[in-house]
Amino acid sequence: MTIAPTDLAAAPSFDVPRRGKMHDIFRRHPTAMAGAILLTLLILMAIFAPWLGTVDPQALAPIRRLRAPSSSYWFGTDMLGRDVYSRVIYGSRVSLIIGISVALFSAAVGIALGLLTGFVRLADAILMRIMDGLMSIPSVLLAIALMALTRASMGNVIFAITVAEVPRVTRLVRGVVLTLREQPFVEAAIASGTGFLPILWRHILPNTLAPVLVQGTFIAASAMITEAALSFIGAGTPPNIPSWGNIMAEGRSLFQVAYYIILFPGICLSLAVLSINLIGDGLRDALDPRLARRM
Amino acid sequence: MLSYIVRRMLATIPVMGVVAIFVFSLLYLSPGDPAVIIAGDTATLDDIARIRQKLGLDQPFYVQFGTWVWNLLHGDLGISIFTNLPVMTLIKQRIEPTVALTICTLLVTIPVAIPLGVIAAWKAGTWIDRVVMVFAVAGFSIPGFVLAYILIFTFSIGLDLLPVQGYTSIKDGFGAFASHMVLPSITLGLFYAALVARITRASMLDVLSQDYVRTAQAKGLSNREVLIGHALKNAAVPIATIIGIGVALLISGVVITETVFAIPGIGRLVVDAILRRDYPIIQGVILMFSAWYVLVNLAVDISYTLFDPRIRY
Repeated sequence: MTIAPTDLAAAPSFDVPRRGKMHDIFRRHPTAMAGAILLTLLILMAIFAPWLGTVDPQALAPIRRLRAPSSSYWFGTDMLGRDVYSRVIYGSRVSLIIGISVALFSAAVGIALGLLTGFVRLADAILMRIMDGLMSIPSVLLAIALMALTRASMGNVIFAITVAEVPRVTRLVRGVVLTLREQPFVEAAIASGTGFLPILWRHILPNTLAPVLVQGTFIAASAMITEAALSFIGAGTPPNIPSWGNIMAEGRSLFQVAYYIILFPGICLSLAVLSINLIGDGLRDALDPRLARRM
Repeated sequence: MLSYIVRRMLATIPVMGVVAIFVFSLLYLSPGDPAVIIAGDTATLDDIARIRQKLGLDQPFYVQFGTWVWNLLHGDLGISIFTNLPVMTLIKQRIEPTVALTICTLLVTIPVAIPLGVIAAWKAGTWIDRVVMVFAVAGFSIPGFVLAYILIFTFSIGLDLLPVQGYTSIKDGFGAFASHMVLPSITLGLFYAALVARITRASMLDVLSQDYVRTAQAKGLSNREVLIGHALKNAAVPIATIIGIGVALLISGVVITETVFAIPGIGRLVVDAILRRDYPIIQGVILMFSAWYVLVNLAVDISYTLFDPRIRY
């Protein structure tokens, strides 16, 4: 009977998003609109990184170490003389790729496991115990533990964070499935002789998409924070790829003399997470009228 | 009710079982042979084989797991590979700063977050409400370690009011202890405060639309009496839940906060262990934090029955 914040989203009163509706969300929620614009800018920044006045983010130049921000080095240089501005711009690629991949993978696996546990009693008994166990391990520690087993790579970071997020999606989808199973329209479909798979595909699955979309947005945001946190303590993205967490980790011992190495990636990370959270809040408000009133 | 409590307590066993299997597999699957590490550079193959036998590493998985759980139930978390000290001893040495940090965080966040949520719900739709909600979104979006550095730049380096890093035990004077705890507590607490404020607001909004609140207002009670005496009391269950779960959630933040502020707690212990690949420590800390999470959840669930006599199982 535990009410986790994510469980609040398990309400069955979600609508299926329609194309017109998505347009509506951004018109009626100016903050979600602001988030969407911010995120679009970040995505454009990540895609067009080489054309934004950047130099090679890995180019060493010991002769110009630790320069303060200036007109030639907008965000200054780090202890190896690398241009922090270029590193921060390229770092957006890591954060976005990891945020989006973790959201997609954990949504896919979570939906599959959620449908399975919602319909098969035996799978429910076994899988949900495993999910409860995984959920009781703090997500950062779970990711740390998995990263300690493998070598640092972006794929492994994505895998480690996904494992930590899957139980939450599974639980959400399972909750929706259990409610839907009792709904008259599902009973009607069964009564009229619809097979199991068409019911699953046409009636159950579409109804899980809206809550998973909302949850997935928040997962993307939290995955970006987790990646940065892992990289920050040295258990995340390998140091040869500039990520916001890596840049901050390198600035850690120098922050009293070179504050800018930490400040700029930190601001970018916060803005990126903020933009996704704003979109998530807007989606939740629009897709779940019952919760919208409350949150 | 007693049978519910017993059933609820029994339900924690499979959960901890899954955690134990996961954590044990971590050591079992970890790269590198502990026997080789312990034996040292000059060991012969015979030495290594002897150590393997002594540690039971030549036994099959389930025997090793059984022995490990048996030791665990006797309070033995294994030996740290790097320092050669029992993990239990290391955790005991490091627990004080972490507990102090958690308590300080609760002390600075709860008295702020609940009133914020109550006021936001009372003034729903006004600019006050919006400011609180902006605070909540910001709290969810600014990662702890980013906030930590912003606070250090401002209050320690810029204004020179507080120490940059470090930890002083409360036994060595309250002033020094408190000045070292202010920034870490705010860092760790922002996310938590945002969460509590948001849930408080949501829960209060629900209650404020109830008939008995209108009755209380109609009979001339002051706003204060209505809000605190009638509304907050009835909105308490979700708030208590989120406070409980939040305490468990703080753990993830502890790892990062202790790293930034150089606090010698459990978080630092585990970060150092990762860099040295000292798996027994990582195992021990995960087990301890998970057990703590499970216990807090258990306490929250049982407290439902005490808070709200209508809830029957």
